[in-house]
Amino acid sequence: MYNYLVSRLATSVVVLFGVSVVTYGLVFLTPGDPARTILTQQLERQPSQAEVDAFRAEQGFDDPIPVQYVDWLADALRGDLGTSYYTDTAVTTLVRDALPLTLELAAASMVVALALAIPTGVLSAVHRGTSVDYASQLGALIGVSMPNFWLGYLLIMVFALTLGVLPVAGAGSFSQLVLPAITLGTGMAAVVTRLVRTSMLEVLDEEYVDMARSKGLRERIVVYKHALRNALIPVVTIVGLQFGSLLNGAVVVEIVFQRPGLGMLLVDAVFDRNYPVVQGIALFTGVVFVATNLLVDVTYRYLDPRVTLGGETP
Amino acid sequence: MNESNGGLEAALRRRYERLAGRYRSTRNSRAVAAFCASPLNLAGLVIVATVTIAAVLGPIVAPYDPASQDLANRLQGPSLAHPFGTDQLGRDVLSRLLHGARLSLGIAVAVTAIRLVLGTTIGLVAGYAGGWVDEFLMRLVDVQLAFPGLILALVIAGILGPSLRNVMIALAVVGWASYARIVRGSVLSTKERDFVRAAQLMGVSRFRIAIRHLLPNVASPVIVLATLNMGTVILGTAGLSFIGLGAQPPTPEWGTMLSAGRYHLRDAWWIANVPGVAIMLTVLGFNLLGDGLRDVLDPKHDTAIEKTA
Repeated sequence: MYNYLVSRLATSVVVLFGVSVVTYGLVFLTPGDPARTILTQQLERQPSQAEVDAFRAEQGFDDPIPVQYVDWLADALRGDLGTSYYTDTAVTTLVRDALPLTLELAAASMVVALALAIPTGVLSAVHRGTSVDYASQLGALIGVSMPNFWLGYLLIMVFALTLGVLPVAGAGSFSQLVLPAITLGTGMAAVVTRLVRTSMLEVLDEEYVDMARSKGLRERIVVYKHALRNALIPVVTIVGLQFGSLLNGAVVVEIVFQRPGLGMLLVDAVFDRNYPVVQGIALFTGVVFVATNLLVDVTYRYLDPRVTLGGETP
Repeated sequence: MNESNGGLEAALRRRYERLAGRYRSTRNSRAVAAFCASPLNLAGLVIVATVTIAAVLGPIVAPYDPASQDLANRLQGPSLAHPFGTDQLGRDVLSRLLHGARLSLGIAVAVTAIRLVLGTTIGLVAGYAGGWVDEFLMRLVDVQLAFPGLILALVIAGILGPSLRNVMIALAVVGWASYARIVRGSVLSTKERDFVRAAQLMGVSRFRIAIRHLLPNVASPVIVLATLNMGTVILGTAGLSFIGLGAQPPTPEWGTMLSAGRYHLRDAWWIANVPGVAIMLTVLGFNLLGDGLRDVLDPKHDTAIEKTA
């Protein structure tokens, strides 16, 4: 276990290095001269050569690229991700301010996902191979096939515009969280339903379940008290640690519902060519992802020593 | 003697080929039968076939020019003249949907093909070469998987500049790692098998071994992954277009159409919801088909749902 931890940690450090190179390198995908493109965007006109030169000097664009990268990385390691081109606010401050809204959305979506997925998954497993099972599996497939921005607008149409029971957009109150959480949670629910079903099917095959049945316990008690509890252990682990992947969907959902979270900050920064903010968020999500994967691997290894992951993320 | 031997050999060979052919055809027909046994698989096949036909014939059968505006007939509800209504500029939604099918499917095919070729090549090289090459390529895979896919695609597409071509590049660059992983895994187990060893002993070149012996063994999981990927790419393209990075108006791309319809949810629900249903059904079709193919071709592997996770 100790050796495994060390080698797994070493791999993560290598991957994090790669992540930082990619994050920094993204700027150089800018068509033409990045400094000129950024400045044109900022000033909303063609900058003069003097302005471009001043900007290059100020932002360190004149140094060789490896030097720029090392400077940037050294700052990043000290927790300094630069400042926004437009407001002079530190990127870390922008991220810190936007993060709670995104975390709130992710947590609420997870609740929605579990509330939808656990009963569906259990029903599916208990009635394996029946129409109930097929219906729930088809439902889960429809859930992953739906573009979440469309689902968001459908919900807005029904609950905000037609019934008028929930607000169209915004953030801050509980009622403003309901529709975004359902939108993001539905896609997640599809994934979790499948997990619950598989896990339940495995547990229902175990001897202690037969034992419980042979003691004459009612099927309902066997399923919900004995089987479900055990089936949920792996599910909760996986789901809890899949938090990072919710960030993907959060971007679009935040745009639909105009929630000023991390996703919206990123999209605005991308359109403004506000590169320090773009890099900051990309690096942040990359680090969160790598850390999450590390945690998943180590937890799996801890829970089930038979698993050999060979230094790979599952 | 020689002649009779030759005759015997030829006879044996013919007999062998007949048997092998019969074996192949029974195996194939079993697979087809297994696939057809599930109505969900057939539904997937029908949906995918329909969308493909729409993509091929759509622009020919579309009743109107997808870009021609008719401001006198803006926001008209579904009618005989316009089965799916008209949009905010009086354009026929059905015609735009049909033109969009070619665009969505074409992009999905192109992006999936690039991912497949890139990922398969990298996986093949990594698995077969081993050593530091393998180590390096697999760390590349880890780095790619270290970013949430849509976020990295969004950043790349945004920096390259909003256009459909850049969205395709971005989606292709962020999606090859799963192919590399599957192919490498399969190559690692195949390259120790007797027929590969025999080919090596016979002096067959490494390139030829890779193409003739290692590649065919990964075909099934790769086909399944590619089918499921078609759905993911369609969703990704629509999502990025919705954000404003992909197709620019007036291009009849489904995500862009949906995005434009959001301002008319109250007075013209069809503008957003017609492309919404089209995207959902198309993606569902590929997911059903992919799951069905996986059950038949590659029973060990994940489902559509776990792939998108």
